[in-house]
Amino acid sequence: MSDDRPTLTRHEVAHLANLARLAVTEAELDLFAGQLDVILGAVARIGDVAAADIPPTSHAVPLTNVLRPDEVRPSLPRDEVLAAAPSVEDYRFRVPRILGEEE
Amino acid sequence: MSQTNLHELSAAATATAVAAGQVSAVEVAQAHLDRISQTDDQVRAFLHIDADGALAAAKAVDDRKAAGDRLGPLAGVPLAMKDVVVTRGLPTTAGSKILQGWRPPYDATVTRKIREAGMVMLGKTNMDEFAMGSSTENSAYHPTHNPWDLSRVPGGSSGGSSAAVAAFQAPLSIGTDTGGSIRQPAAVTGLVGHKPTYGSVSRRGLIAFSSSLDQAGPFGRTVQDTALLFDAIHGHDPQDSTSIPNTRFEATAAAVEGARAELAGLRVGVVRELTGASGGYQAGVLDSFFKAVEILRGLGAEIVEVGCPSFDYALAAYYLIAPSECSSNLARFDSVRYGLRVGDDGERSLEEVMSLTREQGFGAEVKRRIMIGTYALSSGYYDAYYGQAQKVRTLIARDFDNAFAQADVLISPTSPFVAFGIGERVADPMAMYVNDLCTLPASLAGTPAISVPCGLSDELGPRLPVGLQIMAPALADERCFRVGAAFEAAYNAANGTVLSNIPALGA
Repeated sequence: MSDDRPTLTRHEVAHLANLARLAVTEAELDLFAGQLDVILGAVARIGDVAAADIPPTSHAVPLTNVLRPDEVRPSLPRDEVLAAAPSVEDYRFRVPRILGEEE
Repeated sequence: MSQTNLHELSAAATATAVAAGQVSAVEVAQAHLDRISQTDDQVRAFLHIDADGALAAAKAVDDRKAAGDRLGPLAGVPLAMKDVVVTRGLPTTAGSKILQGWRPPYDATVTRKIREAGMVMLGKTNMDEFAMGSSTENSAYHPTHNPWDLSRVPGGSSGGSSAAVAAFQAPLSIGTDTGGSIRQPAAVTGLVGHKPTYGSVSRRGLIAFSSSLDQAGPFGRTVQDTALLFDAIHGHDPQDSTSIPNTRFEATAAAVEGARAELAGLRVGVVRELTGASGGYQAGVLDSFFKAVEILRGLGAEIVEVGCPSFDYALAAYYLIAPSECSSNLARFDSVRYGLRVGDDGERSLEEVMSLTREQGFGAEVKRRIMIGTYALSSGYYDAYYGQAQKVRTLIARDFDNAFAQADVLISPTSPFVAFGIGERVADPMAMYVNDLCTLPASLAGTPAISVPCGLSDELGPRLPVGLQIMAPALADERCFRVGAAFEAAYNAANGTVLSNIPALGA
């Protein structure tokens, strides 16, 4: 087991949660810090494998350059798509403000 | 034909009876809806039951029959659909609160094929949230109970689909398998479950967990029924760029032929790393497994032992690759286009609303995996974690290549454990992850594997089913069905079916 990582801190979990856009609670920080550290410790043994010259694999049957004809096709039905959105205005998705301050 | 036991018929027998006019598809659908009404308060396999849609689909089959149309091999057969597969106009949640109330504007390719086959979709089945789990306890809605013992889990993540078929609520169901989520629930409920070659069943309309691993596949009570469903759902789909062109399997023919054949000349490899030599496997599981090896030997198969040393790293590779891909895939749940939105008070920014929505909409396991994936993909760690895991995947695939040079199929127990108690493993994520130990290598290599019932273990008290995993090379799915059917026929001839030992519900 080659787990020479420093123990995952509460502060680091808060940073990860922020990167992942999760507004975790204080109680969750305590819970997750311990659990994530155990999981990372268990998967760290991946580093024991000598694989420097090994190419990566992502598909059992490698496929390259999957293309399709550039033809117009019907889109998803607009009304059904918008009906499933949390907020809609003038046939568009309505979003909260995306800028840091008022223009 | 007796109307009282329609829910106990196999899919093959049901389709034959409907095609022959011995029973109507509506009667079959109603019998299964009745069975669900009688049993689902105990089993809780379903998140949504679509009685009207089922009866309408069944009536359409009866109308076609009345008009003289030739019906397909599964027309009029009921099916339960895992709730990770999108269904137009029908609630689809993937077991998550973040999608509560969502009605998709399109059908998955698998859904379309099911409808075109004249199958009758009864409803959507419970699952671990976004398919992350091995017990269905990570569903945001409720746990599902194993029909063999209601205090135990039905496996996962496709636990609603396994429980529904084991409880005779449907003869067939669709699951998805990312690291074992069809095979392990099939094993612990006494069913057959097939994880197809990656790319042989379209992923269009499967809500993505880990895109390089996710694959939909069938559950059934017999190898032949499972093959019939696989034949209905596989095939190239131009709308999935990872779909393999020109795939056409004859799994049903392979199953029918296998059930009649011996296995003389077949080389069966027992995988040393997946048979508990270093401990951790239940004795009752190993006992059933080694009896299964003798059944295969009795059918004329040549048994060889094969070594796959890199399989020891499959768990580590999987729990880096799957979280990494999920952290990327689940970024789409951003509170904008579908699903939940929390805290949109006109003041908060999109980023704040997004973070509040995801915090409230995702459960603990989903959050853990997203954060592990975020860590593994972050600058400075990518090569050591995700990159290294993708290389280990190559080593696992090479182990398979070497093993398949010595054997035509490889076998192992499907899971080291029989069904465990609800609540037993929820506090310890690693204790949950080891359920997938035997199923992960084929997931990482993208190769096909099937779980077939191979015995009962009473090690923990009640008699609980054990599964035999049969693995084949990429695109050799038919071999899984042929060998699986031969084993099933020999096992049943000697012992009766495993499922005949299931206690009656509602006693």
